[in-house]
Amino acid sequence: MAALVPPPPPPDPQFVLRGTRSAVNALCFCEGSQALERPLLFSGSQSGLVHIWSLQTQRAIAVLDGHGSQSVIWVQTLPQGQQLLSQGRDLQLCLWDLAEGRNAIVDSIRLESVGFCRSSILAGGQQRWTLAVPGKGSDEVQILEMPSKTSVCTLKPEADAKPGMPMCLGLWQLSPQANSSPRPLLLVGYEDGSVVLWDISERKVCSHIACHEEPVMGLDFDSQKARGVSGSAGKELVVWSVDGPQSLQVCGTHKLTNPGIADVAIRPDHKILATAGWDCRIRVFHWRTMKALAVLAFHSASVNCVAFATNGLLAAGSKDQRISVWSLYSRP
Amino acid sequence: MDPAPSAVRLSVQEAIHTLSSSEDAGHILTTLGSVRRYLGEAEDPALAGEKKEFATVHFSAFLRCLISKLSQEWLELSPDGQLEQLWESFFLEGPADQAFLVLMEGVEGSAGPSFRLMRMAQLLATFLSKGRMAALMEEQCRPQMKAGFPLLQETLLSKVVGLPDHLGNRLQRDNLAQFFPQNYFPVLGKEILQALQVVVNSLRGGLDCSVSFVSRVLGKVCIQGRQKEILSVLVPQLTVLTQDSGLWQRVCWRLAEQVPDQAMEAVLTGFVEAASGPEVLSRLLGNLVVKNKKAQFVMTQKFLFLQYRLTTPMLKSLLGYLAMDSQRRPLLIQALKELLETWGSSSSVRHAPLAQQRYISTAILICLVHLGEPELQDIRDELLAGMMEGVKCHLDSSLTPVRHLGMIVAEVISSRIHPEGPPLKFQYEDSELSREMLALVAPAPEGDCSSEEGGPPLAPAVTKAPAEMSVHGGVSSAQPPGSDSELDSDDEFIPYDMSGDTELKSSKAPLYIRDCMEALAVSEDVQRWEAALQALEGLVYRNPESTREVSVELVKILLHLEDRTSLARFGALRQRALVAVTVTDPARVAEYLTSQFYALNYSLQQRMDILDVLTLSAQELSRPGRLRRPSQHGSPGSGSQCSPTQAVSQPGSATAPNWRVVVEERIKSKTRRFSKGLPQRELSSSPNEFSSVAGHFFFPLTRHFDRPVVTFDLLGDDQLVLGRLTHTLGSLMYLAVNTTVAVPMGKALMEFIWVLRFHADTYVRRGLLSAVSSVLLSVPAERLLGDLPDELLEARSWLADVAEKDADDGCRELAVKALLLLERIRGRLLPSS
Repeated sequence: MAALVPPPPPPDPQFVLRGTRSAVNALCFCEGSQALERPLLFSGSQSGLVHIWSLQTQRAIAVLDGHGSQSVIWVQTLPQGQQLLSQGRDLQLCLWDLAEGRNAIVDSIRLESVGFCRSSILAGGQQRWTLAVPGKGSDEVQILEMPSKTSVCTLKPEADAKPGMPMCLGLWQLSPQANSSPRPLLLVGYEDGSVVLWDISERKVCSHIACHEEPVMGLDFDSQKARGVSGSAGKELVVWSVDGPQSLQVCGTHKLTNPGIADVAIRPDHKILATAGWDCRIRVFHWRTMKALAVLAFHSASVNCVAFATNGLLAAGSKDQRISVWSLYSRP
Repeated sequence: MDPAPSAVRLSVQEAIHTLSSSEDAGHILTTLGSVRRYLGEAEDPALAGEKKEFATVHFSAFLRCLISKLSQEWLELSPDGQLEQLWESFFLEGPADQAFLVLMEGVEGSAGPSFRLMRMAQLLATFLSKGRMAALMEEQCRPQMKAGFPLLQETLLSKVVGLPDHLGNRLQRDNLAQFFPQNYFPVLGKEILQALQVVVNSLRGGLDCSVSFVSRVLGKVCIQGRQKEILSVLVPQLTVLTQDSGLWQRVCWRLAEQVPDQAMEAVLTGFVEAASGPEVLSRLLGNLVVKNKKAQFVMTQKFLFLQYRLTTPMLKSLLGYLAMDSQRRPLLIQALKELLETWGSSSSVRHAPLAQQRYISTAILICLVHLGEPELQDIRDELLAGMMEGVKCHLDSSLTPVRHLGMIVAEVISSRIHPEGPPLKFQYEDSELSREMLALVAPAPEGDCSSEEGGPPLAPAVTKAPAEMSVHGGVSSAQPPGSDSELDSDDEFIPYDMSGDTELKSSKAPLYIRDCMEALAVSEDVQRWEAALQALEGLVYRNPESTREVSVELVKILLHLEDRTSLARFGALRQRALVAVTVTDPARVAEYLTSQFYALNYSLQQRMDILDVLTLSAQELSRPGRLRRPSQHGSPGSGSQCSPTQAVSQPGSATAPNWRVVVEERIKSKTRRFSKGLPQRELSSSPNEFSSVAGHFFFPLTRHFDRPVVTFDLLGDDQLVLGRLTHTLGSLMYLAVNTTVAVPMGKALMEFIWVLRFHADTYVRRGLLSAVSSVLLSVPAERLLGDLPDELLEARSWLADVAEKDADDGCRELAVKALLLLERIRGRLLPSS
């Protein structure tokens, strides 16, 4: 019976944010307690500006200019305070203080990689948090202890591996009850299309899968199900899992109509997954079954980033200078 | 020997005397009882010799006497019905053939409905129901030595078969249901089976029998056209009986062989129709085709070439029958050769009705399925020659189904004679015809072997199910405990419509007509070329002014455009673009196109494209309310979205109309109306734009058709284009309705039609006939009568002739339609005059 009912037409965005005046490269919803009363969205654009959007008024309430007109490729809020990290192609990683209406750079880190690799943080609510950034050598990843900025280690693949540059990073740790001391792990998608799981404390490669033909462009990990997904410049979306003693295994490959995935994001409730496509389309999948749920064709240029808010809102930033905000399968 | 017969004779004579004179019930009963001894049913039966004499000599006379006595009073002489019973028993127990003949004689002899007639009819019904007919026939199967026997059999035969007619004639409305042909012949079929059963039994007992009488009965019934009634009973039963009895099979074969020649066709038709497959046919008929010349003619010539009424399953069983035995197989090969000869003859392709051509093609395919590799290799050269010949004339035909038939048959033949070589492959659309034809040669499992194969797959499927279950269980147990993912259902995640998820083309569509032209004419960039073609239609509609500046050049480019990249919708895109340009600048472009139609260096396809474009443009121009349309042509390259109705029907793009509907409904529900006026939307009237340019479209096309050029000969080989031309002219005529130019157009068209009216090609004739209809529809009736009276008269007799005699169904139908139109016009004019 259900098959006979024609599927509903794809939805329209809930609203669209305009005004960045350049391509949107990075998005991040404001997390933490203050998000409830003042929901915010941060966007980083090609022109080096970080916009702070109020989701209530749907206007930009502030613009942060700290990257000297060089493209911003990553923005991330810190859970504990009103702080924001932004990574630009001017090789700076800035930490912004946003509390009480301030917007000043309180700290910055000099990066040594000129690539497009987005950084990643692991903050468990404590004062100290871990930061993974692309390192000095073209295939290295550097782990920093923050906010002290002390270098923990540099993860360099073995000399004969030659995976190319790291393209995307994902820090996570095994849940504490499984292991008494938290063991931070790092997932890295490399230029040769492989996804590698690093054990940071032992500084070695735990597992390695070559799952893409093309460079891995984005990955996200669901620590609850121990499953992750990665998208590449090619046509496929690969779901893999971390089984047993930290070994990666490919669970399934999903073929897409058009090649090129710029970013993937799993909704915080682990129900659905969104991808940002170079074909101007956002695709939504059911995370458990990987059934395709929707193809959102709103943007007129390639979509660069997708992000989910804790309340289920989906935002996508595109090269067409617009940010579309969607409410799909929202929870009751 | 002398005294004994006299004793019987005396007693019979005495009995007859008693019957005719006596009124005493007791006396009559005893007399009848004494005669009954000779039938052998009484307690003290008479001697065998006496019985025999009574049966052969006196029985008929005695029965006649009984019949003559039959009346209500006579039967009531004995009130307890004893007399009636006894009377009946003579007919039901005595020799069946005589009883039957006497009864029939009695029935025929009576003048009109009467008690006696009714009584005899009832008795005849009882006779049938008691299985006496079987006894009659089985009697005839015994070896006979009597003189006059053939004559008797002949009479019996005509009476047995003609029974429904005789009784129907006599009884008129009082006829009993048992004697209706649809009831009688199935009963007769059962009786025949009974008789055959007796024959088989006595053959088993070593007695000699002949089934020729039964064969003749069967033949006669079939000649009367009652095959279906009788064989629908006989054939299924015989199918079962012959399954494992060789004797039954031999009896059956004999039965078929002894059918008289003149009835052979009727009987065989019935058998082929009733048999459920080649095996059955083979069991029932044996090697009849080999033994009987007539049967051979019917099966291999008449059924295949002179008729085309067998359905495909029947054809399958017929040809399968030929294929099943090594003695019959040469006949199949011979049939294939002859079929192919007919298939390949250009005259039959041209003149035979489509249904017959299809029949022949079907038969060829079935033959090919039955023939094995070595047999085909033997006749390979002949097959190849026939195929080449046939393909040529089929492809020359202007009827699409005929061309398709040619392609399909040629593909199959070539794949059979060169199984290892590269396959011959034509391009044709998937139609009902092609599917049906290809299904014939698909390696379909035969009925019984598929049922055998049907069994095994079930078992693995059953065993697989638990395995899958356990795998699934393993997966779910591997999930981390506490995950609620198994609990939540997918119901809340209903997928949205994803039909819009198509592959992306990355190229920039040109924004100006001139860029488009340049891209199409000289661009080496394939993607740009494609984008230009896709964008062109929208551009033309949005920029009519700039299109007019370059219209002819643009059409020239489009006309010579070739599909360089195997673009999926190349033909449609090019055509739509051409139509768009023509509609934008009709006079000049039409002039150009019509002049190019008769020009030298064009392919037939290009010429036909010209015709199509002219028709479509004329249609577009004459469409009322056309002027409002161009605004909807907005989106470039989105061919499917140009019409608003289509957009609504597509769920993917229905978002905008959806909210409009919602809003309108809301307004409606909140609005109170005091009175309902006229429907708000009225059709706005606008001038027919085709009116002013119809002449540019029409007249140049009629001008040069009889002047062949080197590459283009409309009256010769290029009759396909001529057919298209006639259709186009008809359409243009039809679209020019209500225009002033319609009258001269009609005149010119009638002249054109007149010249070509006896054209040999079906497609051309169809075009001419529809053109006549267009003239009748478009030219005002008064002007028709005023300006073209002679043409109309001539056309009328021509149409009547076509409607009666043309070989093609479509032509006949079109002619009848045109005649009806003509009648209507006359009807409209007559009352006023």
